[in-house]
Amino acid sequence: METGTTDYLKLVVLGLVTLFAMVAASYAWDLAYQLHMVIFMVIGAGLFLVTVRGIDEPKAAIPQNEYFDSVVRAGVIATAFWGVVGFLVGVVIAFQLAYPGLNFEWADGYANFGRLRPLHTSAVIFAFGGNALIATSFFVVQRTSAARLWGGNLGWFVFWGYQLFIVLAATGYVLGGTQSKEYAEPEWYVDIWLTIVWVAYLACFLGTIVKRREPHIYVANWFFLAFIVTVALLHIMNNLSVPVSIWGSKSVQVFSGVQDAMVQWWYGHNAVGFFLTAGFLGMMYYFIPKQAERPVFSYKLSIIHFWALIFLYIWAGPHHLHYTALPDWASTLGMVFSIILWMPSWGGMINGLMTLQGAWDKLRTDPVLRMMVTSLAFYGMSTFEGPMMSIRSVNSLSHYTDWTIGHVHSGALGWNGLVTFGALYYLVPVLWKRERLYSLQLVSWHFWLATIGIVLYAASMWVTGIMEGLMWREVDANGFLVNSFADTVSAKFPMYVVRGLGGVMFLSGALIMCYNLWMTVRAAPAKDALPTAVPAE
Amino acid sequence: METYSLLREFADSWMLLLLFTVFVGMAFWVFRPGSRPLHRDTANMIFRNDERPAPAEEAEK
Repeated sequence: METGTTDYLKLVVLGLVTLFAMVAASYAWDLAYQLHMVIFMVIGAGLFLVTVRGIDEPKAAIPQNEYFDSVVRAGVIATAFWGVVGFLVGVVIAFQLAYPGLNFEWADGYANFGRLRPLHTSAVIFAFGGNALIATSFFVVQRTSAARLWGGNLGWFVFWGYQLFIVLAATGYVLGGTQSKEYAEPEWYVDIWLTIVWVAYLACFLGTIVKRREPHIYVANWFFLAFIVTVALLHIMNNLSVPVSIWGSKSVQVFSGVQDAMVQWWYGHNAVGFFLTAGFLGMMYYFIPKQAERPVFSYKLSIIHFWALIFLYIWAGPHHLHYTALPDWASTLGMVFSIILWMPSWGGMINGLMTLQGAWDKLRTDPVLRMMVTSLAFYGMSTFEGPMMSIRSVNSLSHYTDWTIGHVHSGALGWNGLVTFGALYYLVPVLWKRERLYSLQLVSWHFWLATIGIVLYAASMWVTGIMEGLMWREVDANGFLVNSFADTVSAKFPMYVVRGLGGVMFLSGALIMCYNLWMTVRAAPAKDALPTAVPAE
Repeated sequence: METYSLLREFADSWMLLLLFTVFVGMAFWVFRPGSRPLHRDTANMIFRNDERPAPAEEAEK
Protein backbone atom coordinates (compact mmCIF):
# COMPACT_ATOMS: atom_id res chain seq x y z
CA MET A 1 0.00 0.00 0.00
CA GLU A 2 1.21 3.46 -0.83
CA THR A 3 0.77 4.98 2.64
CA GLY A 4 2.89 2.17 4.08
CA THR A 5 5.88 3.10 1.90
CA THR A 6 5.52 6.77 2.84
CA ASP A 7 5.63 5.78 6.49
CA TYR A 8 8.90 3.92 6.04
CA LEU A 9 10.35 6.86 4.12
CA LYS A 10 9.19 9.16 6.92
CA LEU A 11 10.96 6.94 9.46
CA VAL A 12 14.22 7.14 7.52
CA VAL A 13 14.04 10.94 7.25
CA LEU A 14 13.06 11.42 10.91
CA GLY A 15 15.79 9.03 12.04
CA LEU A 16 18.44 10.88 10.05
CA VAL A 17 17.23 14.27 11.31
CA THR A 18 17.30 13.07 14.92
CA LEU A 19 20.75 11.56 14.50
CA PHE A 20 22.13 14.70 12.87
CA ALA A 21 20.56 16.92 15.55
CA MET A 22 22.16 14.77 18.27
CA VAL A 23 25.61 15.10 16.73
CA ALA A 24 25.10 18.81 16.09
CA ALA A 25 23.92 19.46 19.65
CA SER A 26 27.09 17.94 21.04
CA TYR A 27 29.44 19.72 18.61
CA ALA A 28 27.55 23.05 18.93
CA TRP A 29 29.65 26.23 18.97
CA ASP A 30 27.05 28.44 20.64
CA LEU A 31 24.10 28.18 22.98
CA ALA A 32 21.36 29.22 20.50
CA TYR A 33 22.46 26.56 18.02
CA GLN A 34 22.75 23.94 20.75
CA LEU A 35 19.27 24.61 22.10
CA HIS A 36 17.80 24.51 18.60
CA MET A 37 19.45 21.21 17.81
CA VAL A 38 18.09 19.76 21.06
CA ILE A 39 14.62 20.97 19.99
CA PHE A 40 15.07 19.34 16.56
CA MET A 41 16.25 16.16 18.25
CA VAL A 42 13.32 15.94 20.65
CA ILE A 43 10.73 16.67 17.95
CA GLY A 44 12.39 14.29 15.49
CA ALA A 45 12.57 11.48 18.04
CA GLY A 46 9.00 12.08 19.19
CA LEU A 47 7.62 11.96 15.66
CA PHE A 48 9.73 8.86 14.97
CA LEU A 49 8.11 7.05 17.89
CA VAL A 50 4.62 8.14 16.87
CA THR A 51 5.25 6.94 13.31
CA VAL A 52 6.65 3.60 14.51
CA ARG A 53 3.64 3.00 16.72
CA GLY A 54 1.23 3.76 13.89
CA ILE A 55 3.04 1.83 11.17
CA ASP A 56 0.97 -0.52 9.02
CA GLU A 57 -2.12 0.55 10.95
CA PRO A 58 -5.11 1.44 8.82
CA LYS A 59 -5.23 5.20 8.21
CA ALA A 60 -8.44 7.17 8.43
CA ALA A 61 -9.48 8.33 4.97
CA ILE A 62 -9.56 12.08 4.41
CA PRO A 63 -13.16 13.19 3.81
CA GLN A 64 -13.16 15.09 0.52
CA ASN A 65 -16.70 16.37 1.08
CA GLU A 66 -15.67 18.42 4.11
CA TYR A 67 -13.48 21.45 4.50
CA PHE A 68 -10.17 21.04 6.34
CA ASP A 69 -11.18 23.30 9.22
CA SER A 70 -9.28 21.74 12.12
CA VAL A 71 -6.06 23.37 10.93
CA VAL A 72 -7.85 26.72 10.62
CA ARG A 73 -9.13 26.37 14.20
CA ALA A 74 -5.59 25.70 15.38
CA GLY A 75 -4.46 28.75 13.43
CA VAL A 76 -7.09 30.91 15.12
CA ILE A 77 -5.90 29.79 18.56
CA ALA A 78 -2.27 30.36 17.60
CA THR A 79 -3.07 33.83 16.26
CA ALA A 80 -4.76 34.88 19.50
CA PHE A 81 -1.99 33.34 21.62
CA TRP A 82 0.95 34.88 19.73
CA GLY A 83 -0.91 38.17 19.47
CA VAL A 84 -1.08 38.46 23.27
CA VAL A 85 2.57 37.39 23.61
CA GLY A 86 3.72 39.90 21.00
CA PHE A 87 1.67 42.79 22.43
CA LEU A 88 2.92 41.97 25.93
CA VAL A 89 6.57 42.06 24.87
CA GLY A 90 5.77 45.34 23.07
CA VAL A 91 4.39 46.84 26.26
CA VAL A 92 7.45 45.66 28.20
CA ILE A 93 9.93 47.23 25.79
CA ALA A 94 7.87 50.44 25.60
CA PHE A 95 8.31 50.82 29.35
CA GLN A 96 11.95 49.78 29.12
CA LEU A 97 12.47 52.82 26.90
CA ALA A 98 10.61 55.09 29.32
CA TYR A 99 12.23 53.60 32.44
CA PRO A 100 15.68 52.20 31.56
CA GLY A 101 15.83 50.59 35.02
CA LEU A 102 13.55 47.89 33.63
CA ASN A 103 16.54 46.55 31.73
CA PHE A 104 17.34 44.46 34.80
CA GLU A 105 20.95 43.70 35.45
CA TRP A 106 20.27 40.05 36.27
CA ALA A 107 18.64 39.60 32.88
CA ASP A 108 21.31 41.48 30.99
CA GLY A 109 22.17 39.85 27.70
CA TYR A 110 18.82 38.05 27.56
CA ALA A 111 15.94 40.36 28.34
CA ASN A 112 17.31 43.85 27.75
CA PHE A 113 15.72 46.11 25.10
CA GLY A 114 18.13 45.07 22.35
CA ARG A 115 17.25 41.40 22.74
CA LEU A 116 13.51 41.86 23.27
CA ARG A 117 12.90 44.33 20.45
CA PRO A 118 13.31 41.79 17.61
CA LEU A 119 11.31 39.35 19.73
CA HIS A 120 8.45 41.86 19.75
CA THR A 121 8.61 42.71 16.02
CA SER A 122 8.83 39.08 14.96
CA ALA A 123 6.15 37.97 17.40
CA VAL A 124 3.63 40.49 16.14
CA ILE A 125 4.52 40.39 12.43
CA PHE A 126 5.41 36.77 11.84
CA ALA A 127 3.78 34.94 14.74
CA PHE A 128 0.53 36.92 15.10
CA GLY A 129 0.28 38.23 11.53
CA GLY A 130 1.71 35.08 9.93
CA ASN A 131 -0.61 32.72 11.75
CA ALA A 132 -3.54 34.98 10.94
CA LEU A 133 -2.57 34.92 7.26
CA ILE A 134 -2.07 31.15 7.11
CA ALA A 135 -5.33 30.45 8.94
CA THR A 136 -7.47 32.92 6.97
CA SER A 137 -5.89 31.99 3.63
CA PHE A 138 -6.64 28.30 4.29
CA PHE A 139 -10.19 29.21 5.25
CA VAL A 140 -10.79 31.55 2.31
CA VAL A 141 -9.15 29.45 -0.40
CA GLN A 142 -11.29 26.43 0.51
CA ARG A 143 -14.56 28.37 0.56
CA THR A 144 -13.90 30.32 -2.63
CA SER A 145 -12.60 27.24 -4.45
CA ALA A 146 -15.42 25.05 -3.10
CA ALA A 147 -12.79 22.37 -2.52
CA ARG A 148 -10.98 20.82 0.42
CA LEU A 149 -7.44 22.00 1.04
CA TRP A 150 -5.00 20.19 -1.24
CA GLY A 151 -2.33 17.90 0.12
CA GLY A 152 -4.07 15.73 2.70
CA ASN A 153 -2.46 16.52 6.03
CA LEU A 154 0.17 18.82 4.55
CA GLY A 155 -1.78 21.72 6.09
CA TRP A 156 -0.82 20.36 9.53
CA PHE A 157 2.83 20.30 8.51
CA VAL A 158 2.56 23.95 7.46
CA PHE A 159 0.92 24.91 10.75
CA TRP A 160 3.27 23.06 13.10
CA GLY A 161 6.32 23.78 10.96
CA TYR A 162 5.51 27.47 11.18
CA GLN A 163 5.11 27.30 14.97
CA LEU A 164 8.51 25.61 15.15
CA PHE A 165 9.97 28.44 13.07
CA ILE A 166 8.53 30.96 15.53
CA VAL A 167 9.95 29.13 18.54
CA LEU A 168 13.38 28.83 16.89
CA ALA A 169 13.38 32.51 15.95
CA ALA A 170 12.25 33.72 19.38
CA THR A 171 14.65 31.60 21.42
CA GLY A 172 17.44 32.45 19.00
CA TYR A 173 16.97 36.21 19.52
CA VAL A 174 17.06 35.94 23.30
CA LEU A 175 20.22 33.82 23.17
CA GLY A 176 21.88 36.06 20.59
CA GLY A 177 21.57 33.86 17.50
CA THR A 178 20.67 36.55 14.96
CA GLN A 179 22.12 37.82 11.69
CA SER A 180 21.26 41.46 12.55
CA LYS A 181 19.00 42.09 9.58
CA GLU A 182 15.85 43.91 10.59
CA TYR A 183 12.74 41.70 10.29
CA ALA A 184 15.00 38.94 8.93
CA GLU A 185 16.94 38.18 12.10
CA PRO A 186 16.79 34.36 12.15
CA GLU A 187 20.02 32.59 11.30
CA TRP A 188 20.72 30.36 8.31
CA TYR A 189 19.28 27.01 9.47
CA VAL A 190 16.07 28.67 10.70
CA ASP A 191 15.83 30.36 7.27
CA ILE A 192 16.19 27.00 5.55
CA TRP A 193 13.47 25.53 7.76
CA LEU A 194 11.12 28.42 6.95
CA THR A 195 11.80 27.92 3.24
CA ILE A 196 10.73 24.27 3.48
CA VAL A 197 7.56 25.19 5.37
CA TRP A 198 6.79 27.99 2.94
CA VAL A 199 7.10 25.75 -0.11
CA ALA A 200 4.61 23.37 1.54
CA TYR A 201 2.32 26.33 2.21
CA LEU A 202 2.49 27.41 -1.43
CA ALA A 203 1.78 23.84 -2.54
CA CYS A 204 -1.32 23.59 -0.29
CA PHE A 205 -2.63 26.93 -1.47
CA LEU A 206 -1.90 26.53 -5.16
CA GLY A 207 -3.06 22.90 -5.18
CA THR A 208 -6.44 23.98 -3.81
CA ILE A 209 -6.74 26.68 -6.46
CA VAL A 210 -5.88 24.17 -9.20
CA LYS A 211 -8.60 21.74 -8.09
CA ARG A 212 -11.17 24.49 -7.51
CA ARG A 213 -14.79 23.97 -8.50
CA GLU A 214 -15.51 27.62 -9.17
CA PRO A 215 -14.66 28.95 -12.62
CA HIS A 216 -12.98 32.13 -11.44
CA ILE A 217 -10.26 32.70 -8.83
CA TYR A 218 -11.71 35.12 -6.27
CA VAL A 219 -9.67 38.30 -5.79
CA ALA A 220 -8.76 37.48 -2.17
CA ASN A 221 -6.87 34.44 -3.45
CA TRP A 222 -4.90 36.61 -5.86
CA PHE A 223 -3.73 38.74 -2.97
CA PHE A 224 -2.90 35.69 -0.82
CA LEU A 225 -1.01 34.11 -3.70
CA ALA A 226 0.99 37.27 -4.37
CA PHE A 227 1.83 37.36 -0.67
CA ILE A 228 3.02 33.74 -0.57
CA VAL A 229 5.06 33.90 -3.79
CA THR A 230 6.67 37.26 -3.11
CA VAL A 231 7.56 36.47 0.48
CA ALA A 232 9.28 33.29 -0.73
CA LEU A 233 11.31 35.31 -3.21
CA LEU A 234 12.18 38.04 -0.70
CA HIS A 235 13.07 35.57 2.02
CA ILE A 236 15.51 33.64 -0.17
CA MET A 237 17.18 36.72 -1.68
CA ASN A 238 17.67 38.51 1.63
CA ASN A 239 18.98 35.43 3.43
CA LEU A 240 21.73 34.43 1.00
CA SER A 241 24.42 33.72 3.53
CA VAL A 242 27.26 31.29 4.11
CA PRO A 243 27.41 29.60 7.51
CA VAL A 244 30.77 29.91 9.23
CA SER A 245 30.41 26.31 10.34
CA ILE A 246 27.70 23.70 10.05
CA TRP A 247 27.97 23.35 13.85
CA GLY A 248 27.23 26.99 14.69
CA SER A 249 24.55 29.61 14.15
CA LYS A 250 26.84 32.36 12.80
CA SER A 251 26.74 33.11 9.08
CA VAL A 252 28.16 35.71 6.70
CA GLN A 253 26.03 37.59 4.17
CA VAL A 254 26.81 37.13 0.49
CA PHE A 255 26.08 40.79 -0.30
CA SER A 256 27.96 43.54 1.44
CA GLY A 257 27.90 47.32 1.79
CA VAL A 258 25.33 49.30 -0.14
CA GLN A 259 24.17 46.25 -2.12
CA ASP A 260 23.38 44.53 1.16
CA ALA A 261 21.51 47.60 2.38
CA MET A 262 19.48 47.75 -0.82
CA VAL A 263 18.59 44.05 -0.73
CA GLN A 264 17.70 44.39 2.96
CA TRP A 265 15.26 47.24 2.34
CA TRP A 266 13.92 45.72 -0.84
CA TYR A 267 13.09 42.84 1.49
CA GLY A 268 12.03 45.01 4.40
CA HIS A 269 9.65 47.23 2.52
CA ASN A 270 8.12 44.37 0.60
CA ALA A 271 7.62 42.51 3.85
CA VAL A 272 5.37 45.48 4.62
CA GLY A 273 3.94 45.51 1.08
CA PHE A 274 3.25 41.85 0.58
CA PHE A 275 3.08 40.37 4.08
CA LEU A 276 1.31 43.17 5.93
CA THR A 277 -0.55 44.67 2.96
CA ALA A 278 -1.30 42.20 0.17
CA GLY A 279 -1.96 39.29 2.52
CA PHE A 280 -4.21 41.33 4.79
CA LEU A 281 -6.01 42.81 1.78
CA GLY A 282 -6.85 39.21 0.90
CA MET A 283 -8.46 38.99 4.34
CA MET A 284 -10.22 42.30 3.79
CA TYR A 285 -11.72 41.25 0.43
CA TYR A 286 -13.29 38.18 2.00
CA PHE A 287 -14.26 39.10 5.54
CA ILE A 288 -15.66 42.60 5.01
CA PRO A 289 -18.12 41.49 2.31
CA LYS A 290 -19.04 38.45 4.41
CA GLN A 291 -19.61 40.47 7.57
CA ALA A 292 -21.53 43.17 5.68
CA GLU A 293 -23.43 40.43 3.81
CA ARG A 294 -23.00 42.11 0.46
CA PRO A 295 -20.52 41.63 -2.39
CA VAL A 296 -17.50 43.87 -2.74
CA PHE A 297 -18.34 47.35 -4.11
CA SER A 298 -16.55 46.97 -7.44
CA TYR A 299 -14.96 43.76 -8.57
CA LYS A 300 -13.31 45.58 -11.49
CA LEU A 301 -11.66 47.99 -9.07
CA SER A 302 -10.43 45.08 -6.98
CA ILE A 303 -8.63 43.58 -9.99
CA ILE A 304 -7.03 46.92 -10.86
CA HIS A 305 -6.18 47.40 -7.18
CA PHE A 306 -4.39 44.07 -7.15
CA TRP A 307 -2.27 44.57 -10.25
CA ALA A 308 -1.45 48.19 -9.46
CA LEU A 309 -0.42 47.32 -5.93
CA ILE A 310 1.92 44.50 -6.88
CA PHE A 311 3.37 46.37 -9.88
CA LEU A 312 4.23 49.38 -7.73
CA TYR A 313 5.09 48.08 -4.26
CA ILE A 314 8.12 46.08 -5.32
CA TRP A 315 9.97 49.32 -6.24
CA ALA A 316 9.36 51.33 -3.08
CA GLY A 317 12.16 49.90 -0.89
CA PRO A 318 14.92 52.49 -1.61
CA HIS A 319 12.97 55.20 0.25
CA HIS A 320 14.42 53.64 3.42
CA LEU A 321 17.89 54.69 2.24
CA HIS A 322 17.64 58.43 1.59
CA TYR A 323 20.89 60.31 2.21
CA THR A 324 23.00 57.15 2.27
CA ALA A 325 25.59 55.62 -0.06
CA LEU A 326 22.74 54.51 -2.30
CA PRO A 327 22.79 56.46 -5.61
CA ASP A 328 20.33 59.34 -5.75
CA TRP A 329 18.52 57.96 -8.79
CA ALA A 330 17.69 54.79 -6.87
CA SER A 331 16.29 56.56 -3.84
CA THR A 332 14.35 58.94 -6.12
CA LEU A 333 12.90 55.91 -7.89
CA GLY A 334 11.79 54.48 -4.56
CA MET A 335 10.29 57.79 -3.55
CA VAL A 336 8.35 58.24 -6.81
CA PHE A 337 6.91 54.74 -6.67
CA SER A 338 5.97 55.22 -3.02
CA ILE A 339 3.97 58.29 -3.95
CA ILE A 340 2.25 56.59 -6.88
CA LEU A 341 1.30 53.82 -4.47
CA TRP A 342 -1.10 56.24 -2.88
CA MET A 343 -3.55 55.53 -5.70
CA PRO A 344 -3.96 51.74 -5.45
CA SER A 345 -3.90 51.98 -1.64
CA TRP A 346 -6.72 54.45 -1.52
CA GLY A 347 -8.51 52.69 -4.37
CA GLY A 348 -8.53 49.56 -2.28
CA MET A 349 -9.61 51.39 0.84
CA ILE A 350 -12.49 53.05 -1.00
CA ASN A 351 -13.49 49.71 -2.49
CA GLY A 352 -13.65 48.19 0.98
CA LEU A 353 -15.50 51.09 2.53
CA MET A 354 -18.02 51.40 -0.30
CA THR A 355 -18.88 47.73 0.15
CA LEU A 356 -20.99 49.04 3.00
CA GLN A 357 -23.01 51.18 0.62
CA GLY A 358 -26.64 50.66 1.59
CA ALA A 359 -25.62 48.88 4.77
CA TRP A 360 -24.03 51.68 6.76
CA ASP A 361 -26.65 51.24 9.47
CA LYS A 362 -24.97 47.93 10.34
CA LEU A 363 -22.12 49.91 11.86
CA ARG A 364 -24.45 50.95 14.64
CA THR A 365 -25.36 47.42 15.61
CA ASP A 366 -22.35 45.34 14.60
CA PRO A 367 -19.10 46.14 16.46
CA VAL A 368 -17.23 43.50 14.43
CA LEU A 369 -17.99 45.34 11.21
CA ARG A 370 -17.09 48.59 12.95
CA MET A 371 -13.72 47.09 13.76
CA MET A 372 -13.13 46.08 10.15
CA VAL A 373 -14.14 49.49 8.83
CA THR A 374 -11.89 51.24 11.33
CA SER A 375 -9.04 49.03 10.18
CA LEU A 376 -9.61 50.37 6.66
CA ALA A 377 -9.57 53.92 7.98
CA PHE A 378 -6.19 53.23 9.60
CA TYR A 379 -5.04 51.61 6.36
CA GLY A 380 -5.95 54.79 4.52
CA MET A 381 -4.26 56.94 7.12
CA SER A 382 -0.98 55.05 7.18
CA THR A 383 -0.86 54.71 3.38
CA PHE A 384 -1.24 58.46 3.22
CA GLU A 385 1.43 59.04 5.84
CA GLY A 386 3.90 56.55 4.36
CA PRO A 387 4.24 58.12 0.89
CA MET A 388 4.51 61.53 2.53
CA MET A 389 7.35 60.32 4.75
CA SER A 390 9.11 58.80 1.74
CA ILE A 391 9.56 62.25 0.18
CA ARG A 392 13.23 63.06 0.62
CA SER A 393 12.79 66.42 2.37
CA VAL A 394 10.16 65.08 4.77
CA ASN A 395 12.34 62.06 5.36
CA SER A 396 15.26 64.25 6.40
CA LEU A 397 13.12 65.28 9.36
CA SER A 398 11.35 62.01 10.08
CA HIS A 399 14.07 59.44 9.50
CA TYR A 400 15.56 57.78 12.61
CA THR A 401 12.92 59.47 14.79
CA ASP A 402 9.92 58.05 16.63
CA TRP A 403 7.66 59.33 13.88
CA THR A 404 8.61 56.21 11.93
CA ILE A 405 7.66 54.03 14.90
CA GLY A 406 4.31 55.81 15.17
CA HIS A 407 3.67 55.35 11.44
CA VAL A 408 4.45 51.64 11.61
CA HIS A 409 2.15 51.14 14.58
CA SER A 410 -0.80 53.03 13.14
CA GLY A 411 -0.49 50.62 10.22
CA ALA A 412 0.29 47.50 12.22
CA LEU A 413 -2.06 47.99 15.18
CA GLY A 414 -4.73 49.88 13.28
CA TRP A 415 -4.83 48.08 9.97
CA ASN A 416 -3.33 44.62 10.56
CA GLY A 417 -4.45 44.31 14.16
CA LEU A 418 -8.05 45.43 13.78
CA VAL A 419 -8.71 43.56 10.53
CA THR A 420 -7.31 40.40 12.12
CA PHE A 421 -9.47 40.84 15.23
CA GLY A 422 -12.48 41.33 12.95
CA ALA A 423 -11.62 38.14 11.07
CA LEU A 424 -11.20 36.21 14.35
CA TYR A 425 -14.59 37.42 15.57
CA TYR A 426 -16.09 36.24 12.29
CA LEU A 427 -14.23 32.91 12.24
CA VAL A 428 -14.75 31.57 15.75
CA PRO A 429 -18.56 31.18 15.62
CA VAL A 430 -18.29 29.72 12.09
CA LEU A 431 -15.48 27.27 12.88
CA TRP A 432 -16.88 26.09 16.20
CA LYS A 433 -20.45 26.10 14.84
CA ARG A 434 -21.87 28.60 17.31
CA GLU A 435 -24.90 30.69 16.63
CA ARG A 436 -23.20 33.94 17.59
CA LEU A 437 -20.42 35.49 19.63
CA TYR A 438 -20.62 35.25 23.41
CA SER A 439 -20.87 39.00 23.91
CA LEU A 440 -21.08 41.91 21.48
CA GLN A 441 -20.62 44.31 24.35
CA LEU A 442 -17.17 42.88 25.01
CA VAL A 443 -16.38 43.38 21.32
CA SER A 444 -17.30 47.03 21.77
CA TRP A 445 -15.00 47.24 24.75
CA HIS A 446 -12.21 45.70 22.72
CA PHE A 447 -12.92 48.08 19.85
CA TRP A 448 -12.71 51.22 21.97
CA LEU A 449 -9.73 50.10 24.03
CA ALA A 450 -7.82 49.21 20.86
CA THR A 451 -8.79 52.37 18.98
CA ILE A 452 -8.00 54.76 21.83
CA GLY A 453 -4.79 52.83 22.49
CA ILE A 454 -3.69 53.29 18.88
CA VAL A 455 -4.58 56.98 18.91
CA LEU A 456 -2.52 57.50 22.07
CA TYR A 457 0.33 55.57 20.53
CA ALA A 458 0.34 57.34 17.17
CA ALA A 459 -0.22 60.83 18.58
CA SER A 460 2.55 60.57 21.18
CA MET A 461 4.95 59.29 18.54
CA TRP A 462 4.10 62.14 16.17
CA VAL A 463 4.86 64.63 18.89
CA THR A 464 8.05 63.02 20.07
CA GLY A 465 9.23 62.19 16.54
CA ILE A 466 8.84 65.66 15.13
CA MET A 467 10.22 67.18 18.32
CA GLU A 468 13.34 65.06 18.25
CA GLY A 469 13.81 65.63 14.51
CA LEU A 470 13.69 69.38 15.08
CA MET A 471 15.98 69.18 18.10
CA TRP A 472 18.59 67.21 16.15
CA ARG A 473 18.78 69.80 13.39
CA GLU A 474 18.64 72.90 15.60
CA VAL A 475 21.81 75.03 15.30
CA ASP A 476 22.75 78.25 17.07
CA ALA A 477 23.95 81.50 15.51
CA ASN A 478 27.48 80.12 15.19
CA GLY A 479 26.33 76.98 13.43
CA PHE A 480 26.83 74.65 16.41
CA LEU A 481 24.26 72.01 17.30
CA VAL A 482 22.12 73.17 20.21
CA ASN A 483 21.05 69.80 21.63
CA SER A 484 22.95 66.70 22.56
CA PHE A 485 21.42 63.30 21.91
CA ALA A 486 20.74 62.84 25.62
CA ASP A 487 18.70 66.09 25.61
CA THR A 488 16.28 64.56 23.11
CA VAL A 489 16.05 61.38 25.17
CA SER A 490 15.02 63.21 28.34
CA ALA A 491 12.62 65.46 26.43
CA LYS A 492 10.82 62.38 25.12
CA PHE A 493 10.03 60.87 28.53
CA PRO A 494 6.36 61.95 28.92
CA MET A 495 5.49 60.78 25.41
CA TYR A 496 7.11 57.44 26.09
CA VAL A 497 4.85 56.94 29.09
CA VAL A 498 1.78 57.84 27.02
CA ARG A 499 2.89 55.39 24.32
CA GLY A 500 3.31 52.66 26.94
CA LEU A 501 -0.21 53.32 28.25
CA GLY A 502 -1.58 53.14 24.70
CA GLY A 503 0.08 49.74 24.45
CA VAL A 504 -1.46 48.61 27.73
CA MET A 505 -4.92 49.55 26.41
CA PHE A 506 -4.33 47.67 23.16
CA LEU A 507 -3.13 44.62 25.10
CA SER A 508 -6.12 44.67 27.47
CA GLY A 509 -8.43 44.82 24.44
CA ALA A 510 -6.75 41.71 23.06
CA LEU A 511 -7.14 39.92 26.41
CA ILE A 512 -10.85 40.78 26.42
CA MET A 513 -11.06 39.32 22.92
CA CYS A 514 -9.44 36.07 24.07
CA TYR A 515 -11.93 35.77 26.92
CA ASN A 516 -14.83 36.52 24.59
CA LEU A 517 -13.70 33.97 21.99
CA TRP A 518 -13.09 31.37 24.68
CA MET A 519 -16.58 31.89 26.09
CA THR A 520 -18.02 31.78 22.57
CA VAL A 521 -16.67 28.25 22.20
CA ARG A 522 -17.61 27.25 25.74
CA ALA A 523 -20.92 28.96 26.36
CA ALA A 524 -22.56 30.36 23.24
CA PRO A 525 -25.48 28.31 21.93
CA ALA A 526 -24.55 25.74 19.29
CA LYS A 527 -25.79 26.24 15.79
CA ASP A 528 -28.51 23.83 14.67
CA ALA A 529 -26.98 20.81 13.02
CA LEU A 530 -27.06 20.91 9.26
CA PRO A 531 -29.73 18.93 7.50
CA THR A 532 -28.02 15.81 6.22
CA ALA A 533 -29.05 16.28 2.60
CA VAL A 534 -27.94 19.64 1.28
CA PRO A 535 -29.76 20.49 -1.96
CA ALA A 536 -27.42 21.41 -4.79
CA GLU A 537 -27.71 25.04 -5.77
CA MET B 1 29.47 46.00 -22.27
CA GLU B 2 29.56 45.14 -18.61
CA THR B 3 26.66 43.27 -17.07
CA TYR B 4 25.37 46.20 -15.04
CA SER B 5 25.10 48.57 -18.03
CA LEU B 6 23.57 45.89 -20.19
CA LEU B 7 20.90 45.02 -17.62
CA ARG B 8 20.33 48.67 -16.86
CA GLU B 9 19.74 49.50 -20.51
CA PHE B 10 17.39 46.55 -20.92
CA ALA B 11 15.47 47.46 -17.77
CA ASP B 12 15.13 51.08 -18.88
CA SER B 13 13.76 50.20 -22.30
CA TRP B 14 12.20 46.89 -23.26
CA MET B 15 11.35 45.66 -19.78
CA LEU B 16 9.79 48.98 -18.86
CA LEU B 17 7.75 48.91 -22.06
CA LEU B 18 6.69 45.33 -21.47
CA LEU B 19 5.56 45.87 -17.88
CA PHE B 20 3.75 49.06 -18.78
CA THR B 21 1.95 47.38 -21.68
CA VAL B 22 0.94 44.43 -19.52
CA PHE B 23 -0.45 46.77 -16.91
CA VAL B 24 -2.40 48.95 -19.37
CA GLY B 25 -3.59 45.83 -21.18
CA MET B 26 -4.87 44.44 -17.90
CA ALA B 27 -6.83 47.62 -17.22
CA PHE B 28 -8.49 47.42 -20.63
CA TRP B 29 -9.15 43.69 -20.22
CA VAL B 30 -11.04 44.33 -16.97
CA PHE B 31 -13.43 46.69 -18.77
CA ARG B 32 -13.95 44.44 -21.80
CA PRO B 33 -17.56 44.10 -22.97
CA GLY B 34 -19.35 41.22 -21.32
CA SER B 35 -17.23 41.25 -18.17
CA ARG B 36 -19.98 42.71 -16.02
CA PRO B 37 -22.10 39.57 -15.42
CA LEU B 38 -18.94 37.54 -14.91
CA HIS B 39 -17.64 39.95 -12.29
CA ARG B 40 -21.02 40.11 -10.59
CA ASP B 41 -21.06 36.34 -10.35
CA THR B 42 -17.50 36.22 -9.03
CA ALA B 43 -18.12 38.88 -6.41
CA ASN B 44 -21.04 36.82 -5.11
CA MET B 45 -19.11 33.56 -5.08
CA ILE B 46 -18.19 34.06 -1.41
CA PHE B 47 -21.82 33.50 -0.46
CA ARG B 48 -21.85 29.97 -1.92
CA ASN B 49 -20.32 26.75 -0.58
CA ASP B 50 -20.03 28.02 2.96
CA GLU B 51 -20.55 24.70 4.69
CA ARG B 52 -18.91 22.09 2.47
CA PRO B 53 -17.08 21.67 -0.86
CA ALA B 54 -19.12 21.54 -4.05
CA PRO B 55 -20.00 17.95 -5.04
CA ALA B 56 -17.54 16.45 -7.52
CA GLU B 57 -20.01 15.88 -10.38
CA GLU B 58 -20.67 19.58 -10.66
CA ALA B 59 -17.03 20.24 -11.34
CA GLU B 60 -17.28 19.01 -14.91
CA LYS B 61 -19.92 21.43 -16.15
